[in-house]
Amino acid sequence: MTEKANIICRCEEIEIDEIREWISRGYDTFDELKRELRVGMGPCQGRGCRDIILRELSKATGKPIAELLPGVIRPPVKPIKARLLAENDQEAE
Amino acid sequence: MTIKTADVIIVGGGVHGASTAYQLAKAGINVVLFEKEYLGSGGSGRSAAGLRQHFGTETNLLMAKYNLQVFPTLEQELDTGMDLEFTQWGYMWVAYTEECLDQLKKNVALQKSLDIPSVIMDTDEINARWPYLCLDGIIGAAFCGEDGHINPQTLTLSYGHAARRYGAVVKTYCPVTKLLAENGRIKGVVTENGEEWHAPKILLSAGPWSTPLAATVGVELPVYPERHNLLITEPVEPFDCPMVLCLDDGAYFKQCPNGTFMFGRDDQDEPHTTETANSAKFLEGVTKSVLKRIPVLSGVRVVRQWSGPYDNTPDHNAIIDWTPVEGLLVNCGWSGHGLQFGPSGGRVCKELLMGEDPFVDLHRFRLSRFEENDLFFEPAFI
Repeated sequence: MTEKANIICRCEEIEIDEIREWISRGYDTFDELKRELRVGMGPCQGRGCRDIILRELSKATGKPIAELLPGVIRPPVKPIKARLLAENDQEAE
Repeated sequence: MTIKTADVIIVGGGVHGASTAYQLAKAGINVVLFEKEYLGSGGSGRSAAGLRQHFGTETNLLMAKYNLQVFPTLEQELDTGMDLEFTQWGYMWVAYTEECLDQLKKNVALQKSLDIPSVIMDTDEINARWPYLCLDGIIGAAFCGEDGHINPQTLTLSYGHAARRYGAVVKTYCPVTKLLAENGRIKGVVTENGEEWHAPKILLSAGPWSTPLAATVGVELPVYPERHNLLITEPVEPFDCPMVLCLDDGAYFKQCPNGTFMFGRDDQDEPHTTETANSAKFLEGVTKSVLKRIPVLSGVRVVRQWSGPYDNTPDHNAIIDWTPVEGLLVNCGWSGHGLQFGPSGGRVCKELLMGEDPFVDLHRFRLSRFEENDLFFEPAFI
């Protein structure tokens, strides 16, 4: 395993330096960073990293956090076992 | 107002637009691409991103074969630092009826004649290789081990990033509101923030959004959106599960290289809209259908679901053609199998825009086939 110092996305093990590097390459929205680095795509869907990333984006772009698009938190919001969803299906056999 | 100019304008930053921009910029053409949000924000980034050489027409097969020649070295070629996650864990079409298996056999015979290494497998062979699959009702399958998966988001972003490196201007969060034409010739575009750009040639590759944009210069495209849904699970240890497509109810699943599983299923009742939305009906229906085929996943957790639009045509094949407006090229209408055609679609559009002969005969993709009632029938479509 590689040593990582400042992990801000624990689901995907992404460091703050990686976020800063991609912002400096011109990807200054949460949606783009999500798609390059998977931040926000893991089981916690950004609960850990979203605020930190938005703060970095705000610093880099000079826009207040309230004006930045935060990306989408998708259903089912918290991970659910596939079996429990399947048991719920009402569709006729 | 200052009017800016380019050699070629591309409208739409999905994989086809980004790939074309990359290829044109590499050839030294002054190209500008407009994308309404971020690259891949439409159908491309929302795709299941299966890569396959299972088609039943020579035109699609020649292009699919080219795609699979490009993908293995594309990450190196684009050299952006983004991981394309290309894997070749195979793609299987599973038949539940004799009629369906007969068609798969015909497709595989054509594929073999073009040196594509597809095979027909019986249930014993399937069971021996993937013993965790439940084969109830299955009578056979078509399989190609060269086929696989790519990350649709990093693929599209990487094409755009590499295009910029070669000098292309890629304008994201910059929607085009209308095209401009004069005396039957294309002239330029107007953007939502009021910019006007002129170019002698324009490529419209905006998926289902192509239809309203083409209409602004009087071109009618028979392309409409249709919503499709996908989900992703938490990661589990990779066990090389191929893409499995079940031809009874259209359910499909595959393991991605990071260990997550993707489930999808087509639903005739989904609305014809580019609006993305999610439903519990999809989550419950697709998990029930997929767990029947791969019960070992029943304890795996579902993490996210999302939706995105197909850009359907009446015959579920793309339109790649010059329009009646001189200088306006369209590449859209891929109807759900377009992501994997990014390399070949970009190549033929670059060839058309530079006045070269396309490497594949594009006659089947022509726009006039709909009014001539000479549809492009493809037996292997989902």
